This record gives sequence, C-alpha cells and structure tokens, in this order.
Amino acid sequence: MLKLVVCIKQVPMVSELPWDSKTGTLRRELADGMMNPACRHALEAALQLKHEYGGHITAITMGPPMAEEVLREAVAAGADRGVLLTDRRMAGADTFVTSFILAHAIQKECPDFDLILCGCYTSDSETAQVGPQLAEELDIPGVAYVEHIELDKHTFRMRRVSDNFLETLEMDAPGLITVTTQQYAPRYVSFAGVQDAFFDKADILTIGSDDLGLDPEMTGIKASPTKILDVYSPTAEKENIVMKGAARKIVDQLFENFGDKISGAIGK
Amino acid sequence: MKENKREIWVFGDYRNYFQNRVTLQLLARATDLASKTDAEVGAVVLGRDVDEYVNEYIAHGAHKVYVTDHPRLKDYNVETYVALTERLVREHQPETILIGATSFGREFAPRVAKRLGTGLSADCVGLDINEDGLLVQTAPSFGGNLLAKIVTPDRRPQMATVRPGMFQELPHDYERTGEIIQVPLPDDVPKARVRLIIAERQPQRDQRIEDARVVVCGGRGMGSKNKFKKLFELARLMNGELGATRPVVYSKWADHESLIGQAGRHISPQVLFSFGISGAIQHTAAINDADFIIAVNKNPNATMMKMADVAIVADANQLCIALMKELKKRIRN
Ligand SMILES: Cc1cc2nc3c(=O)[nH]c(=O)nc-3n(C[C@H](O)[C@H](O)[C@H](O)COP(=O)(O)OP(=O)(O)OC[C@H]3O[C@@H](n4cnc5c(N)ncnc54)[C@H](O)[C@@H]3O)c2cc1C
Ligand SMILES: Cc1cc2nc3c(=O)[nH]c(=O)nc-3n(C[C@H](O)[C@H](O)[C@H](O)COP(=O)(O)OP(=O)(O)OC[C@H]3O[C@@H](n4cnc5c(N)ncnc54)[C@H](O)[C@@H]3O)c2cc1C
Repeated sequence: MLKLVVCIKQVPMVSELPWDSKTGTLRRELADGMMNPACRHALEAALQLKHEYGGHITAITMGPPMAEEVLREAVAAGADRGVLLTDRRMAGADTFVTSFILAHAIQKECPDFDLILCGCYTSDSETAQVGPQLAEELDIPGVAYVEHIELDKHTFRMRRVSDNFLETLEMDAPGLITVTTQQYAPRYVSFAGVQDAFFDKADILTIGSDDLGLDPEMTGIKASPTKILDVYSPTAEKENIVMKGAARKIVDQLFENFGDKISGAIGK
Repeated sequence: MKENKREIWVFGDYRNYFQNRVTLQLLARATDLASKTDAEVGAVVLGRDVDEYVNEYIAHGAHKVYVTDHPRLKDYNVETYVALTERLVREHQPETILIGATSFGREFAPRVAKRLGTGLSADCVGLDINEDGLLVQTAPSFGGNLLAKIVTPDRRPQMATVRPGMFQELPHDYERTGEIIQVPLPDDVPKARVRLIIAERQPQRDQRIEDARVVVCGGRGMGSKNKFKKLFELARLMNGELGATRPVVYSKWADHESLIGQAGRHISPQVLFSFGISGAIQHTAAINDADFIIAVNKNPNATMMKMADVAIVADANQLCIALMKELKKRIRN
C-alpha cells in the first residue's frame, strides 16, 4: 500500500482579487480562499495512484485556521485525512522556512511515506520553490513538473517536459514530485460530498510549532532568509500617443515617430 | 597580499540555444552589478565537452569560469549538479548567484539555496544593488499583478532565478580573456537517485514567445479566423511571434501555445503589437514587461489603449494590412 502525502496551499481567488484602486494594492484579506489550482492536480495524481495501487493519502497544509477548508475539500475528493499546520508564529515564512516546517510535520505525522506530491507552483507568490526545497530538507530525490507517474516495483517512473525535452525518468522511493497543470485534470467533487466532509467527522488534525517540537524562533518571518522590502502594482497608466485616421496615414506616422524602435526590435 | 575580489556568479545553463541566451543575459547584468560593487563575474559550467560554452561566457563578460568537465555530467542531473555547486560555493564563497529561470534552473536553484541555508527569489524581472550593497530582487506574484522587492540581508550567497529576456546580452568579444579554473569531479559525488531513461527534444517552435523581441498579439476584435490569420504573416515579417487572447484560442483561431495571460504565457518583448484586445487583467498581467506597446482598437477607451505607448484608434484588420504593406516595401528596399 502506498503512503502518499499531498501538500496543499490555500490561495486567494485570483479572478476576484479585490483591488484598492487608490493605492493600487491588493486587499488580500478580503479575498476568498481556494485550493491552489496546481495542488488540485497533485491531489488528483495521488487519487489515481491510490486507485491503481492501493494507498493512503494524507493532505497537509500550512496556513491560517481557515485553510482547514482545503483539507476538507481534499477529504471530500478522496484523501484519507488532513493535517493542518497553523500557528501565528509561522506567519511570514518564506519557502526556506515553509519547507522546513512541512518536512518536520511529515516526519512526525507520516514518517513512512513513499511519495510526496506538490503542485508545481502557487497562483499567489508562485515561486515553485517549496517542492524542491522540501525534498532537499528531507534528503530525498525529487522531480519537478511531472505529467505522468506510475509505480514499477520500488521505483517511480515518470514523464515530464523540461526545457523542451520530453523526459522519462526513474526515481527511488521515497521521493517527491511536483505536478503540472497540464495533466491529471482534477475530478469533480459533488456538493454533497463537500458537505459531508464539512459536517461529518472528517479526520483532520490541527498542530502547531509546539506539537512539532520546533523552536518558534525557527519557524516564522524572523527565521526566513529572504525579506520582502516592498510589494507594489506595476500597472501605472502611461502618457500615451493617440493616432487616428486612415490606416495608411497612421502607418506612415508610426514609422516616422517610432521607426527606429520598431526596426531595432525586428533586428533589420 | 592581494585581496580576493568578491564574486557574482552566473550558472552556465547551456542546454539549448535559448537557455544559452538567458545565461548571456545574466552575464551582462552581472557585469553591470559587479562594476557597482567592485566585484568580479564568475560563471559555473558543469557538463561534458563544454569548452565551447566556457569560451562563449568569457566573450560575454565572465572574468572567471569554474569548469567541471566529465563524462558523468553528460546529462543535466539535479542531484549531481547541486552537490557540485555546493562544493564550489563553499570553497569560493561568492556573494551572489544568478540562475536562469529555465525548467532546470527552477528545479536546481531551490535545492542549492536550501543546502546552503540561504534565501532565493524566483523568476525575477529586475536586479539592482541598493544603498546597503544588497541585491534587490524584483519578483512577480499574483500572475504579474504585483511585484515584490526582495533581499537576503544576512545569509550568503544572495540567490535569484531570473526570467529569460529581461536583460540585453553584451555583444561578444572573442579577444577577451578570462581565467579558467578546472575543477576535477570529486570521487565521492553521491549516486543520483533520479535517473534519466530517455530524453527526446520536443518538436519546438524556432523561437519561444517568451524570448521574442517582437510579439504580435491578437484578440477577438480581429473578427474572424481568416482575418486573424494575417497576424501570423505580420509577425513573421517582423521576425516576431504570435500571441492570442483566450477567446481567440477557444475559437481555435490560434493554438493554445499562443495564449498570453494568467492561464498562458508571460512575455517581455521590446515591441508588442496588440490588435483588437480589450485589456482584461488576466491578459495584461502577462504583458506588463513589454517595453513598448502599440495597441489597435476601435474603442479609444479600451483598457488596452490606456496601457499602450501608442494607441491607434482604427479597424484592427485594416491596420494590419497597411502595416504589412509598409513592411514588405521596407524589406524590398
Ligand atoms: C509577494 C510575495 C513574494 C514572495 N517571494 C518569495 C521569494 O522570492 N522567496 C521566498 O523564499 N519566499 C517568497 N515569498 C514567501 C512565500 O510566498 C511563502 O514561503 C509561501 O508559503 C510558499 O511559497 P509559494 O506560494 O511560492 O509556493 P510554491 O513553491 O510556488 O508552491 C509549490 C507547492 O508547494 C506546496 N506548498 C507551498 N506552500 C505550502 C503551504 N503553506 N502548505 C502546504 N503546501 C504548500 C504546494 O504543493 C504548492 O503547490 C513571497 C511571498 C509573497 C507574498
Ligand atoms: C480565471 C480566468 C483566467 C483567464 N485567463 C486568460 C488568459 O490567460 N489570457 C487571456 O487573454 N484571457 C484570459 N481570460 C479571459 C479574459 O478575462 C478576457 O475575457 C479576454 O482576455 C478577452 O479577450 P479579447 O480582448 O480578445 O476579447 P474582448 O474582451 O471581446 O475584446 C475585443 C476588443 O476588440 C475591440 N474590437 C472589436 N472590433 C474591432 C475592430 N474591428 N477593430 C479593432 N478593435 C476591435 C473591442 O473594442 C474590444 O476592446 C481569463 C479569464 C478568467 C476568468
């Protein structure tokens, strides 16, 4: 039986991002949360592996208490249990610290795992670093951007596209993969299924730094090697030049004013 | 005694031509940053039969190249490359390491950073040095809707992966000389736990749209599949690539490869032509890095027109035809 761990992050719903039009910043606290899209694909890959080879799936997330929602959703889709890592002292963790905490939680809650599945990146800070860093922290092999995975005795065999190469790879277990959004289209979870997971007793464990025996000094913003100096919106309205009239005339005008710029880019 | 200069390293990613370009772009940027901090530029090249790249990197600005050339390094392998890079860094203590945000770079860099206990920013679109001498890394988030300025104040090296096409490479100078440091493959490199069975080069377009200097992007305002087709020709006339919005892709006027936006690709051309596109945030998030935007729309108030440097109020199709005529005339002369 395969022991599978799926790492899931809750992200703000991007298509409905509330903007503060005065300051041009994102009002993140107002956005509804959802399961990160790539994590859905990772979960689907885990569900298919479970279906094929038999297995047990632990879904794990680190985030504010409301991130529990994504675990319930995962359970509704077929995960066996959820682990919520929540602790105010974990806030502001960068990928270095996030992967450190996740690694400790996995070692405590699911030490005999065969495979960890992550999304290839998130839709909010989108660094794509947590998967590879988690593998490094646990000292296990890892493969990013996996499109297909199967098990062959004790080795995983997978396919992925990396820098225009279609690769077939083998990896010893235990290992970690990050799953692309090209394949493993997430299954539809019925509303009733989600309701059950919300109202029935889904197996969800909530833990914090103390439960993991982690020094809070090592888990939050202070422990993070990277510091964010500033976050801003790049779209400033430009002073622009407006051209109108007959197409022919406009093209002449365009080359008169910007011919150099255009030919420079064309390279001729 | 001569003080050793601090070094800014660039990871030599040469797997195919376009990644080769990002390495050259990073060498150019590193040269600039090095001149501001009185540092030197080092390149790291791991592989087999890599002389060609070593020389290329020197011609493009590297003062030093650290090379490990060995049959065991024939294929890119994350674990092996991480192990070798860790040793090099521990020995030579570079101040900064820049890595192209290629598929490989984005898999390799996080593990190196973790192993070295340092910070890493992802897919940067800008790099600068601030008054404290720190590398300020500008990284996009939320599909390019926000930019974050990130530093690694205390740990070293400072590490960033950088998106291709953000910096201009320096013209090559094959007269330049640089120091080549041959580093033998250590005996105790751990056996890789991931093995490559087969790699086939994907049938690839001649140029990736992310690297294109000119992109012609078309939207629903082109009117029909037949009219939209002209944009392919226009892009070709300018050695550019074609991009499209989601409704265009859904209507099969263009393939999914061309989708520009939150659900598709991010581009950073020198010149972007935008035809019949309204400028929804899911699309514009991916074009913020274009240097110069020329938009054509019959509606002067479309968001796309406000974002443009030149806003042309006209029928997209007619303007496309007029532009093609002019370009053909110029090519003939
Ligand atoms: C604007 C902004 C910019 C940032 N830039 C950087 C930066 O350059 N460098 C840096 O180190 N940190 C950065 N951070 C911090 C970073 O967002 C956090 O560390 C975050 O928790 C994880 O990074 P990610 O969302 O990029 O994950 P990714 O690495 O993109 O996530 C990939 C996968 O890892 C797993 N995963 C990620 N986070 C969690 C989680 N909390 N719980 C469970 N699984 C998870 C999921 O499977 C996910 O699909 C930034 C934060 C912000 C707000
Ligand atoms: C979750 C999500 C993700 C999405 N991701 C993407 C994405 O990645 N990429 C993307 O592009 N979209 C994406 N979209 C869709 C996006 O919201 C817009 O619907 C889309 O970008 C609009 O495309 P368009 O500008 O071609 O069409 P329209 O909005 O219909 O605009 C057509 C424009 O053409 C102009 N026009 C009409 N006729 C003419 C003419 N004869 N000459 C000149 N101009 C003319 C009109 O004035 C109008 O401005 C996403 C949406 C969601 C919800």
